[in-house]
Amino acid sequence: MSTMLETKNLTFYYPAEEGRKATAALRDITLQVEKGSFVVVLGHNGSGKSTLAKHMNAVVLPSNGKVYVDGRDTCDESLLLEIRQRVGMVFQNPDNQIVANVVEEDVAFGPENLGVPSRQIRRRVDDALAAVGMSAFARHAPHLLSGGQKQRIAIAGIIAMEPECIVLDEATAMLDPVGRREVLETVHRLNREMGITVVLITHHMNEAEEADRVIVMNDGQVVMDGTPRQVFPRVAELHDLGLAAPATVELMDQLNREGMDLPLDAVTVEECADAVCRAFGIGQEE
Amino acid sequence: MLKDITLGQFFPGSTLLHRLDPRTKLLAVVLYIVALFNATSVLTYGILMVVLGTCICVSKVPAKALTRGLRPVVVIVAFTAVINLFFTGGEPIADVFLLRHISAKGLVTAISMMLRIVMLIMGTFLVTYTTSPISLTDGLENLLSPLKKVRFPVHEMAMMMSIALRFIPTLIEETDKIMSAQKARGADFETGSLIQRANALVPILVPLFISAFRRADELATAMECRCYNGGEGRTALHVLRYRPVDLAVLGGFAVLAAGMVALRLAGL
Ligand SMILES: Nc1ncnc2c1ncn2[C@@H]1O[C@H](COP(=O)(O)OP(=O)(O)OP(=O)(O)O)[C@@H](O)[C@H]1O
Ligand SMILES: [Mg+2]
Repeated sequence: MSTMLETKNLTFYYPAEEGRKATAALRDITLQVEKGSFVVVLGHNGSGKSTLAKHMNAVVLPSNGKVYVDGRDTCDESLLLEIRQRVGMVFQNPDNQIVANVVEEDVAFGPENLGVPSRQIRRRVDDALAAVGMSAFARHAPHLLSGGQKQRIAIAGIIAMEPECIVLDEATAMLDPVGRREVLETVHRLNREMGITVVLITHHMNEAEEADRVIVMNDGQVVMDGTPRQVFPRVAELHDLGLAAPATVELMDQLNREGMDLPLDAVTVEECADAVCRAFGIGQEE
Repeated sequence: MLKDITLGQFFPGSTLLHRLDPRTKLLAVVLYIVALFNATSVLTYGILMVVLGTCICVSKVPAKALTRGLRPVVVIVAFTAVINLFFTGGEPIADVFLLRHISAKGLVTAISMMLRIVMLIMGTFLVTYTTSPISLTDGLENLLSPLKKVRFPVHEMAMMMSIALRFIPTLIEETDKIMSAQKARGADFETGSLIQRANALVPILVPLFISAFRRADELATAMECRCYNGGEGRTALHVLRYRPVDLAVLGGFAVLAAGMVALRLAGL
């Protein structure tokens, strides 16, 4: 497998306010994201997640170190469009990223900017809307849609650029549980079926359950990095970072503290239920 | 209460008028205005009324909508008519009371002025009623594109217009929210003197502006992320194309305008 995103000793300072010393928003981050993987980034407020995300498609350039997108240096201005076409970005507020007042026009915005011929834009728009399950809304006004639907339109707008990677910066934060599920299912499907690399930034631990990899950030640094089964059992460390483990792991951790002996790497609800049942000696599926 | 404001006033449909190229409609309305300002006689006004009436019938736009569009200008129309009525020189109609100040010429001027304004507004409204805002901006951008040669930012203007249209509903919703929030904390927008009421609007405008700037900033980033870098090399989902019917309509309106000029010169 080849590398989709790579950072090398990435350090970043926001311009300091007058009379203050600039503190680093990102400090010496070196990591690689494999093509086709599903990576979740966690961390409490101000830990640098959004700043890291903005480096992934050259919205922000490193103060020190390098960022490579599919082997392309983000500092090279002549590669800017190539990079942004490869890495699409979905933001938190769906209202502030929809450009046009008809759904299909908005989805077409990216390909239009890339100079794709009209007939091909039509095909891409139809395919992208189908991919997020919003074909029926092609002629609707975006402001009348629900939050989850708007966010899926935003994702369709990215898909229409035929990217290799999508970065979602707390794209589910403003949605209700239904909208959140819609968006997550869509993203998982795109990852599975189209092989699109996904970087999902979130505060919801349960969104990390099915990820290939979890990265935990704190104070501009990567402090944990591994599969959900490697990261979440480190409950005490997560608590020190101001984070919680998924509810399932928290439950089992509580039970363990009460003297039980449960495996903490049962992350999904089913696994957790199985483990708890087994521990209590309740027969399953009799 | 703010939700009642309907903007753009587009009535979706699939009539001939709806299907015309937006550029055709824009050009036709310009020709129509030229014709209107050259109309001087009963005959010419009659012709234009027939043309306008036909267009209205074809468009299937409810008559109510058209008259509603006139409501804001009623005062201006009435004012112009009255001024023309009393202040046009000439022989008085009769030597009794008010009529002493009114000449036949004044009467004619007043009526034709009134007709002119009403027909002007109806014609232009008909275009906005039958054209979606987005194709209207597209058409405008396309028509003005020769101005790019003299460095006039045509694309940028069209983009600004369509983004403004896109954000109007969002900002109206936001205003509603802020007003509710202020009301919940005891703000009063409905009573008090005009100055008091104007003052009460400040706590609405300030958060609204701040949020609009924040939105603009986020939108700019999102547009950059989607490879927006100006109008150069951009293609479009919907390509504007003149069809035979567009040419026919344009030809018709050109003849109309030319005919009106000719009739005026001929003194009819
Ligand atoms: N535009 C900016 N100018 C100056 N400092 C900034 C700016 N944006 C973020 N920062 C600072 O950089 C640090 C990292 O911010 P960042 O937005 O990346 O965090 P985050 O992990 O995305 O947080 P959140 O969970 O709240 O979105 C914070 O200390 C923040 O105060
Ligand atoms: Mg953030």
